[in-house]
Amino acid sequence: MRHMILILGLAAVLVLSLAGLRGCASRRPPIEIFPDMDRQPKLRPQARNPLFPDGRSSRQPVEGTIARQAAWDGSPENTGRHPGTTNDVEVLPVPVTPSLLARGQERFGIHCQPCHGPLGDGRGIASRYGMIPAANFHDPRLVRMPDGEWFRVITEGRNQMAAYASQVPAPDRWAIVAYLRALERSRLGTVEDIPEPLRSEWRK
Amino acid sequence: MPGVFPKWTNQLPLNIAAGLAIAGAAVAAGLGYYFTPKYTRVGYQPIQPVPYSHATHVEQLGMDCRYCHAGVERSWFAGLPDASRCMNCHHQVLAGDPRLAPVRDSMQTGAPVAWIQIHRTPDYVYFHHAAHIRRGVSCLHCHGRVDQFEEVRHDQPLSMSFCLECHRRPEAYLRPLDQVYNLGWNTDPARQNEQGRLLALTGDMRPPLSCSGCHR
Ligand code: HEC
Ligand code: HEC
Ligand code: HEC
Ligand code: HEC
Ligand code: HEC
Repeated sequence: MRHMILILGLAAVLVLSLAGLRGCASRRPPIEIFPDMDRQPKLRPQARNPLFPDGRSSRQPVEGTIARQAAWDGSPENTGRHPGTTNDVEVLPVPVTPSLLARGQERFGIHCQPCHGPLGDGRGIASRYGMIPAANFHDPRLVRMPDGEWFRVITEGRNQMAAYASQVPAPDRWAIVAYLRALERSRLGTVEDIPEPLRSEWRK
Repeated sequence: MPGVFPKWTNQLPLNIAAGLAIAGAAVAAGLGYYFTPKYTRVGYQPIQPVPYSHATHVEQLGMDCRYCHAGVERSWFAGLPDASRCMNCHHQVLAGDPRLAPVRDSMQTGAPVAWIQIHRTPDYVYFHHAAHIRRGVSCLHCHGRVDQFEEVRHDQPLSMSFCLECHRRPEAYLRPLDQVYNLGWNTDPARQNEQGRLLALTGDMRPPLSCSGCHR
């Protein structure tokens, strides 16, 4: 009888301690005992694949090929330059609409803000942790820079800034340029920009 | 007097003990497998090659998920960032830090950083990130408070019942589109239902409940 109680007690301890492990952190990978077609021999992005010499299932495009929908031709929309020249286009070649500006604001917040800051003054949060302050968009030199050059800076990078072409597709780059122009306007405004009837409400 | 119990019963207590021990072991093994991260994956927290912290980058620096997980709003696969994306900042910040050595190596050689994938549904399940993100389902519901994790762990079960719970009643989870990446966003539950119902109605949302929706 005493043995029975002992065994039951041990079993209870075992069950409780194991059931209590439910949801606990584990460093070891899950074990898939029954295959159940959980893992099928198909390509998955960013996964290991022994079929290829470099062991990656995500393939680089074959040299000399262009993906569908890729920005490939020399049109201003893709290069920021007048076709066949190295002259930057003065104004962005896409129609500026409220939705373009909204898109630009969103993309700016994702990709530019960490370094250039929400105001575009180059003092983003990363500059507080040892980044050299990034370019200030309100610098007169930059305000005068043509739209096409802005586009190319995002595409190719400049000075300390790396190229963002792989990260921000071309239409989004134009949206960001459009938003930057609005951001610059916000610091260049004068009293004359305020509509006449509202001007009396304006205070310094 | 002949024994009330035949002789073989002398073995009985031993047999019962052995049987109980075997049953106990089976139960323990079952629990140890089916109730722990070995099977459910919940709690799986592998040691990554770089001690990357979402708490530092998202909570402290205020970065958006899409800076790194760019695929999340346009494809089924969220994608992990390549080394060049980390180097946008880390060519200056912590430029010589030993913790970032694998990232610098990857930048030089082109071989990927060997991140270990944590969340992974079986291959017979069709899941699509963008279909959820663009309708106002936040990362929070499926991945937990990633923005506060020092290390990512598998937070939600991602089992069939988990998926269906929301597909049957999406209004309890839906958010305005601009709050999807803000994991700390909160409304009181009563308003959530009201607002969610409105979003589900105006968006004409019909999350699949039939088998072929997720097993195609
Ligand atoms: C600075 C880049 C960066 C940002 C910003 C970022 N992540 Fe990550 N994320 C990573 C890296 C690198 C990993 C892989 C390493 C790891 O698992 O810790 C990862 C892993 C993850 C994983 C686990 C993936 C798996 O293997 O299953 C999830 C989920 C995730 N991130 C969600 C988010 C969410 C949600 C946000 C926004 C709140 C976010 N991330 C923002 C870089 C980033
Ligand atoms: C409806 C549930 C759901 C939501 C919402 C969700 N995820 Fe996921 N996530 C999953 C599932 C399921 C997987 C595993 C997919 C697989 O099998 O590869 C996953 C995998 C991942 C991975 C690793 C594999 C991959 O696809 O790259 C990352 C990174 C990730 N999610 C990031 C995010 C981010 C960032 C968000 C928010 C913007 C988000 N997820 C929102 C369910 C979700
Ligand atoms: C927006 C710029 C930026 C990007 C992009 C970025 N980091 Fe960081 N990272 C920082 C800053 C700032 C710190 C904090 C430095 C400090 O605390 O002094 C940091 C800290 C770190 C640390 C040190 C541990 C910690 O949490 O403090 C690691 C490891 C790290 N980052 C890895 C990565 C990886 C991997 C990537 C790419 C997926 C990445 N970072 C992308 C800015 C960035
Ligand atoms: C928090 C709520 C929520 C969770 C959790 C959730 N879903 Fe969904 N799901 C939705 C909503 C909302 C839609 C969009 C319905 C629509 O667009 O009409 C959707 C749509 C889908 C679709 C249809 C996509 C398409 O291409 O039309 C699939 C497939 C799907 N979900 C699979 C899953 C799987 C698999 C899981 C579990 C890993 C899951 N969902 C978890 C809310 C959720
Ligand atoms: C919302 C998406 C969704 C729908 C709808 C759905 N499933 Fe699933 N199903 C899943 C997911 C996710 C898993 C993987 C669970 C896991 O990781 O163990 C799964 C797993 C399964 C499994 C394997 C279970 C196991 O543990 O091996 C079966 C069988 C299955 N589903 C059958 C069905 C049938 C039958 C239907 C229709 C009545 C259905 N499913 C509808 C998402 C779905």
